[in-house]
Amino acid sequence: MVKVMDLPEEEFIYPGTRACAGCGMALIYRIALKALGAKTLITVPASCLTVLHGMQGFCSTKISVYHTPFATTGASASGILASLEDKGLADEITVLAFAGDGGTTDIGVQALSGAVERGTNFIYACYDNEAYMNTGVQRSGSTPLGVKTTTTPEGKLGHKKNMPKILEAHGIPYVATGIASYPLDLYEKFKKARNIHGSKYFHILSPCPPGWGYDPKDTILIGRLAIQTGFWILYEVENGVFKLSKPSARYLDPSKRKPIEEYLKTQKRFSTLTQQEIDVYKTYINNIWAEIKSRIENQDRI
Amino acid sequence: MIVIEKQKENSDENIMILTGNHAAAHAFRQAKVGVISAYPITPQSPVVEKIAEFIAEGKLKARFVKVESEHSALAVCCAASATGSRVGTATSAHGLELMYEMLPWAAGNRLPIIINLATRSLGAPWSVWTDHSDFITIRDVGWIQFMCENNQEIYDTNLQAFKIAEDPRVFLPSIVAYDGYILSHTMMPVKLENQEKIDEFLPPLNHHINLSDISTVKGIDPVTTPHIVKRPEGTAPGYYEYRYALQRSLESSISIIKEVHDEFARKFGRSYGNGIYKTVQTEDADTIIFAMGSVASQARVAIKQLREEDLKIGIVSLKLFRPYPYSDLREFFKDKENIIVFDRDIGYGYEGVLSYELKAALYSLQKRPNIKGFIVGLGGRDVKTEHIINGVHKALDEFKQGIFTNKTDFLGLELDELSDYDESTYFGG
Repeated sequence: MVKVMDLPEEEFIYPGTRACAGCGMALIYRIALKALGAKTLITVPASCLTVLHGMQGFCSTKISVYHTPFATTGASASGILASLEDKGLADEITVLAFAGDGGTTDIGVQALSGAVERGTNFIYACYDNEAYMNTGVQRSGSTPLGVKTTTTPEGKLGHKKNMPKILEAHGIPYVATGIASYPLDLYEKFKKARNIHGSKYFHILSPCPPGWGYDPKDTILIGRLAIQTGFWILYEVENGVFKLSKPSARYLDPSKRKPIEEYLKTQKRFSTLTQQEIDVYKTYINNIWAEIKSRIENQDRI
Repeated sequence: MIVIEKQKENSDENIMILTGNHAAAHAFRQAKVGVISAYPITPQSPVVEKIAEFIAEGKLKARFVKVESEHSALAVCCAASATGSRVGTATSAHGLELMYEMLPWAAGNRLPIIINLATRSLGAPWSVWTDHSDFITIRDVGWIQFMCENNQEIYDTNLQAFKIAEDPRVFLPSIVAYDGYILSHTMMPVKLENQEKIDEFLPPLNHHINLSDISTVKGIDPVTTPHIVKRPEGTAPGYYEYRYALQRSLESSISIIKEVHDEFARKFGRSYGNGIYKTVQTEDADTIIFAMGSVASQARVAIKQLREEDLKIGIVSLKLFRPYPYSDLREFFKDKENIIVFDRDIGYGYEGVLSYELKAALYSLQKRPNIKGFIVGLGGRDVKTEHIINGVHKALDEFKQGIFTNKTDFLGLELDELSDYDESTYFGG
């Protein structure tokens, strides 16, 4: 695995962006751009990332960005790529789409599905802060069970949509999950994706201090707890082959996992969870891991 | 203004019998469009089918992004245009409406995208047939809008539209419309011009954004504020300034549209009025029929009969719908007595859009002409010569009696055939 000292020193995001203190997305974005480098074009829909990118006349990154309406990220990336192909520059420049969970799992799902079905050669990264944070914390299709948002004051019904699985079902060459608490894992995955031809999808959990209700200093800690409790799982699926990533590998063993309560209690958004819902979470996590375990075993047998 | 009185004697060379849709596709091919993105919809689909064929045969080196919706089609076009390619698409009715969010985006972004629109009515109820309801809905979003009357005009207007849209004084998206089926699926002789001549007329696009040049970093369309932003690094305009520039560019584009039309006429020997409207027998006319597209074409037949009644009548066929050429129209109509407007559309809740916009444009004239508007041909209902003739008679009669109203008057309805017709119950479908 790559070491911290191996990371490029060059930053592609200028300091002093308009992201909130402790923003998980800002960390993810920083790592992704370090891995992809200057020869990249980015497209971003309406999202917290629009805020990070700054106001008129200025750009917070050293890489050009095309802002696009909410539902269009996959299409916008397709357009950039088509033009680069038209100009014979597609082999030189990486196209990166970076969108939130609302823009990915809800309003942007059609354009994304279309783009990857066409085999568009680009990287799509969803930073998942599990609600519409930029518009004031409304529930999205990626909000977990029982979470209190401004549109689910009594807690959200149902689990979050398993977006990486949906993307995997499109048969694309690379799907990966990530989290800012394990930046080297994320860096390596972006590095790898850059050299794979076709559609690459990242789903990255992005702790959000104001939306989740915790102290901004705890972003990394909460991200680690998400992994340690088994709520969020780091893996990659390359050409259909599933591989647990190192930070998550040990949690295949249920006894190694911390109790889910340790994750849930750190965030105000879970404050209305009932014991019954916590039990549902325990089953949910066990089931996801059981599925992964069986998948790995079947894969090894083949 | 360049007027080609007698069209050049066409040799057989390069004359093809084409539908309106295929005329548009050939124009895209010869304009060497770099990126196309489209979604099928009747009656537009043959445009993109033909383009796909050109690409498969190697006659057009374009990237064709076959998207899952029109919303994505125009989003692809916007991003591809901003990356620096010449870009176009085609659509109809519901497709255009699904693109709606991206239309003001393209305009605000000043992207020289061309849409071909085979016009079609808007549901509900479903209808695949023509009217201009789709075309008029986008009048307030900042696009240049052309309406054509024949297949040669579709081809020629496309070539002009790219040149106009890509002019650094303009940089605006444009829509080239033509009646669904009446032109989209009707075959007519179309002269396809020599490629070298087209290349001279339409040089490669030099885009003002061009994200593909990564040597300069650009943040395109970030969030703006109601006010300008002053920082040590410089001052950035606010939303208001950007939109002011868009409006000014639309206003000043009228002279450039005429200029490009004249250049086209000189080079290729075909003209369309002054490039913004076409006139038929208006020199001695005191009464003018004002219409667009298929309706203006039908009026050409009607005035032959009306002239036999000793009516001094002519036609103004509006080619440029946006930017609205109010100044030219005011000048043209200042000495006219009567105007009868036939709208193949309605601004629902008011009246036909051509009618009320013309009334507004001529309000400042010293001597205002009489104006009456009729609604015709919604959902592909035939617009017959007799409808136009009856309309002209009715309007002149009302003018004589001093009746002026904004109340809509529909021609060609067949209510008499519906014995059980009751306005209050005809909504159940």
